[in-house]
Amino acid sequence: MSKVLTEEKLNVVNTPVEKVDGKALVRGKPVFTDDFDLPNALTVKILRSPHAHAIIKSIDTSEAMIEGVACILTYKDVPHVIYTRAGQGYPEPSPYDTFILDKKVRYVGDAVAIIAAENENIAERAMKLIKVDYEILPAILDYEHAQDPDAPVIHDEPEISGSYDPKHNIASHYEMEIGNVEEELKKCDYTIDEVYYTPNQSHAMMEPHTAISYFDPNGRLTVITSTQVPFHARRILNRLFGVNCRVIKPRIGGGFGGKQAIHVEPYVVAVTLKTGRPAKCVYTREETMTATNTRHAMRFRVRAGAMKDGTLRAIELWGLSNTGAYGEHALTVFMVAGSKTLPLYNKVKAVKFGGDVVYSNTEPAGAFRGYGAPQGMFALDSALDELARKIGIDPIEFKLKNSIREGETSPIFRIMGEGREGVDQIIRSCKIEECAIEGSKIFNWYEKIKRPRIDMKKKVAHGYGVAFAMQGSSIPAIDMGGATLKMNDDGTFNLLVGATDLGTGSDTILAQIAAEVLHTTVDKITVYSSDTDMTPFDKGAYASSTTYVSGNAVKKAAEKMKKEILKAASELFEKPVEFLDLEEDKVVCDDGRSISFAELQTKLFYTFNQRQLEVTESFVSEVAPPPYLVSFAEVEIDMETGKVKVVDFLNYIDCGVPINPILARGQVEGASAQGIGIALFEDHIMDKNGRLITDDFFTYKIPARGDIGKIEVRFAKSYEPTGPFGAKSVSEIGLDTPGPAIANAIYDALGIRMRRLPIRSEELFFEIRKKYG
Amino acid sequence: MRVNIKINDKNHSIEIEPGEMLLETLRRLGYKGVKHACSTASCGACTVQIDGKPVLSCSTFTAAVDGHEVKTIEGFSNEGVLSEIQKAILEEGASQCGFCIPGLVVTAEALLKENPDPDQKEIIEYLKGNLCRCTGYESQTRAIMKAAKARRER
Repeated sequence: MSKVLTEEKLNVVNTPVEKVDGKALVRGKPVFTDDFDLPNALTVKILRSPHAHAIIKSIDTSEAMIEGVACILTYKDVPHVIYTRAGQGYPEPSPYDTFILDKKVRYVGDAVAIIAAENENIAERAMKLIKVDYEILPAILDYEHAQDPDAPVIHDEPEISGSYDPKHNIASHYEMEIGNVEEELKKCDYTIDEVYYTPNQSHAMMEPHTAISYFDPNGRLTVITSTQVPFHARRILNRLFGVNCRVIKPRIGGGFGGKQAIHVEPYVVAVTLKTGRPAKCVYTREETMTATNTRHAMRFRVRAGAMKDGTLRAIELWGLSNTGAYGEHALTVFMVAGSKTLPLYNKVKAVKFGGDVVYSNTEPAGAFRGYGAPQGMFALDSALDELARKIGIDPIEFKLKNSIREGETSPIFRIMGEGREGVDQIIRSCKIEECAIEGSKIFNWYEKIKRPRIDMKKKVAHGYGVAFAMQGSSIPAIDMGGATLKMNDDGTFNLLVGATDLGTGSDTILAQIAAEVLHTTVDKITVYSSDTDMTPFDKGAYASSTTYVSGNAVKKAAEKMKKEILKAASELFEKPVEFLDLEEDKVVCDDGRSISFAELQTKLFYTFNQRQLEVTESFVSEVAPPPYLVSFAEVEIDMETGKVKVVDFLNYIDCGVPINPILARGQVEGASAQGIGIALFEDHIMDKNGRLITDDFFTYKIPARGDIGKIEVRFAKSYEPTGPFGAKSVSEIGLDTPGPAIANAIYDALGIRMRRLPIRSEELFFEIRKKYG
Repeated sequence: MRVNIKINDKNHSIEIEPGEMLLETLRRLGYKGVKHACSTASCGACTVQIDGKPVLSCSTFTAAVDGHEVKTIEGFSNEGVLSEIQKAILEEGASQCGFCIPGLVVTAEALLKENPDPDQKEIIEYLKGNLCRCTGYESQTRAIMKAAKARRER
């Protein structure tokens, strides 16, 4: 892979170091939560509601207390504390509208009782013996009807707080306008007014949600869990149960936002507190699909207008978002659909964004990679593509002409933050021109668009689409990450971070950053992450923040450690620090003397100015520099079936300096695949009672190997001055472009505009029938 | 009931429940590299080799394996020395979360035994039952091409 030019000479950063946890992973070592066996542990299972909306009139567990059952807990047996499962920083911007267990159930899959037994068989037998008498209530299964005058009220609990208008099923509402969209649209030569839909999407991480809890020998409650937010989990568990605990995140088998919420932890903790015994709960695939979180389905009406010369003048995005049964991330995901899309087109005279986030009796929505931006960008980029074609301009030229540049800003950065006001920022790195221009050359865009699209003989069509995207790096002025570095007498360092590696490789890139500053190599940095008793705080893995926030924290800590090392060496050599420097695992002095890190720390341990070199630093960002991405899609459509194959998908990304080019490439490739999934197959289908039918990998289709054509990734030569060694975020942005790029390519091929994802082959086939006979 | 199974060249005589699945048995015996991800034979994470053929252990009765040879991911790297496939997966960044990797390695080992020089199409075809939600598959295909080459040149 070609190295990216940077402003700094780098030895470790920007190299494809192998993952520090990689050797264990490729050998199948027992590193995931379910791989830990605790003696005497109880198996925990959850009885779930078969009804979409009901009140539990009575619940009788007496017959279920068969031999081998340790306890069965209902809403009467667990703390009645209202909270949000969202797993965000404090105070959470999500409404408090959830109990561990409640008298009311709000979707098929909502938890009714916790069963703990000696083994799975007994737990399952007992589950069937619990008698629940439900009073079934009318349910809202279609979120577009959540605000109907006769719609049932989903959240009528008196304890609810932070919800916008629960009596009308509105969890959140937001609106903002800059300039006057209505007036500006009147002045436009061309306008567009269309409605776009994006579906629920399941995270479908390979490892199901899993948690274990136990009392350690000293009686400290300990929770091992596949979480993205160990520190938030600890805080929330404390709030629910009034008990201090230690939360440990081992390796996680994927999260994608789905493990930001607090799902399994309260159930096992409730059992351990009740019985004193270790408790383990491993979700089934069905539970992971139907009873955790999903991407918020959204509808956006886009109105936009431009002049004949291709100057974009006004944009309005007005939306409706489905948060399902509970309001996890309701407001913030919705806001991101605007705040991480609209600043890309900062030259408009007027911009408006708003709408409602509504409750419905469906699986709760939550955080999911991209966090609203894929929904917003599908609508916005599709609409701009439509507008470009109306005007008769090449869509690349149109989008590029109107997009943001280095040194510029957008008022939206200040107006729209994470559930509140944001922060002003001037864009210091933006290579979107390189992404678009160089990308179009590699993709061969201008040659390809001259080709004929439809081969009527073979009944095959080809089309070419492009989509632009931006994201952010962290939640500025809120997200904090800490890092501790400790030097050992063998010349190695321990790097302790709260940052949560969920398979992304963050442990590796953080080690690279530390190694770079300390003039050592990654094998000399042993990383311990995500243990609330051992590592400093970190907000967790979300909001594209780990590389940027945790990376900056590590860099600060490493720089401080460097100073401490130089100071100690200066005392030893009796030489001012100005004459000393670090070089390949040692301190060198300008007079030719040198001392290795190992020798230095050994002296400091036993014989000279005795002390442990250890530092801790924290980082909070004032800005959230966006990465940028231009993606090019070539699709092949079978006109006799409507089947769409993404033959080629090229990503040209500006993520600043990729700390680890191989891992960064993997983030973009993986996000592209998930985006192709939502564009073409992934959707939730319910039966008439609200039960999710798409509850396994047969019915819920995620892209398999054969569904992926070619995904390519190129990095722009970019350097973000505020990032660690010039880096910005990379993990989420790749999900924003496949939806619009593929829809735009389908239009390019057939002249058929699909405004609803996923673009199912049968639906496209009917459209082809209508148009081509 | 009691069954006799050779697992990674070691003989086991095991007491099992009727209806017990091989995935459960293997994990209980400590072969934690065999992953539980779907339990419906749809993801490939629980793949093991039975008499050299890749099989989904989540939907194989342990009783059916009585007298056969099972090989799990734990049997594919000797004394910590990585196989060509494991090495290539690391080098190409083909393991992100790593949860699907044991199943992938076990299946890819079977592929390379049957076909030491597979092209991209053959790799995709052979491994299409091994789902991965992290990588988008590109790096995994690259890794297996690379491993095949390394093994041929060994």
